[in-house]
Amino acid sequence: MATPTEIPGAEPGARSRAELSRDLHGRLRGGGPGRDRAVAELHELLLRAARFELDRRLVALPHLRDDDREDLAQQSADDALLAVLRKLGEFRGESRFTTWAYKFALLEAGVKARRRAWQGHEIPLEDEAWATLASAGATLQGQAESRELIAALREEIESGLSPRQRQVLVAVALNGVPIDVLAERLGSNRGALYKTLHDARKKLRRGLAERGLDPDDHQGGGR
Amino acid sequence: MSRPSEKPDADRLLAGALGPATPELTCEQCFEELDRYVELEHGGTDADVAIPGMGAHLEGCPACAEDRRSLRALLESE
Repeated sequence: MATPTEIPGAEPGARSRAELSRDLHGRLRGGGPGRDRAVAELHELLLRAARFELDRRLVALPHLRDDDREDLAQQSADDALLAVLRKLGEFRGESRFTTWAYKFALLEAGVKARRRAWQGHEIPLEDEAWATLASAGATLQGQAESRELIAALREEIESGLSPRQRQVLVAVALNGVPIDVLAERLGSNRGALYKTLHDARKKLRRGLAERGLDPDDHQGGGR
Repeated sequence: MSRPSEKPDADRLLAGALGPATPELTCEQCFEELDRYVELEHGGTDADVAIPGMGAHLEGCPACAEDRRSLRALLESE
């Protein structure tokens, strides 16, 4: 088993957390009655992480009742526990085991929170994106090059992208739809949609470059 | 029903539409490296040098960037 790393420069107490983390990982990997106790301890840690994440997102979930929030935390911890146990053999020991495990709980809680926040909300239409672009262009008083860039961007989005690329880019990048929410509505996943977004962005950059426009020269010009 | 998001300003709009200019990891690779990246950051190491392409991905992917902020905040709360 690889040894979990200490966090460089960490404060006193980190050592014991690293030891506890390593001990938990060892008991999860071992058999016997000690493993059941270790699984219960892991679930407690994941539940703490899920509650932490949902507490951070209270602003986005103003109507969520306390018992609903606790239910989401429990679901997140349960799903994260399954994922951690399934992937236990993939832990490489490049961080503390608990840090590695926490990310599964945070991912589950974050995705569930974003989906709950968008429950009952329609995905905005392309028209809203064009209004957003027009609004952004209008704020660029006296910045002709930046306005030209925004106008060219709209043209490239409309004519240079495939329908799927346009759908994903407009929703995520222009209308602010969380990628996990869009993935759920389209029956896809974050990684696949981000690949589509990545390819769309590359096409847009290439299209703008062919027009002699360098977007990186303009970043910050709108402030 | 209104949607739970704010309209971005011109710079954020351009950054969102065009993404990072440099090569980046995928979402799967980002999740794979997230724990190490955040511990390096937390310990004051230059995590972007240690894990090339991670910073660019976090710049381009709001969902992964949120996961990073959450893990960082959780570690800081310990």
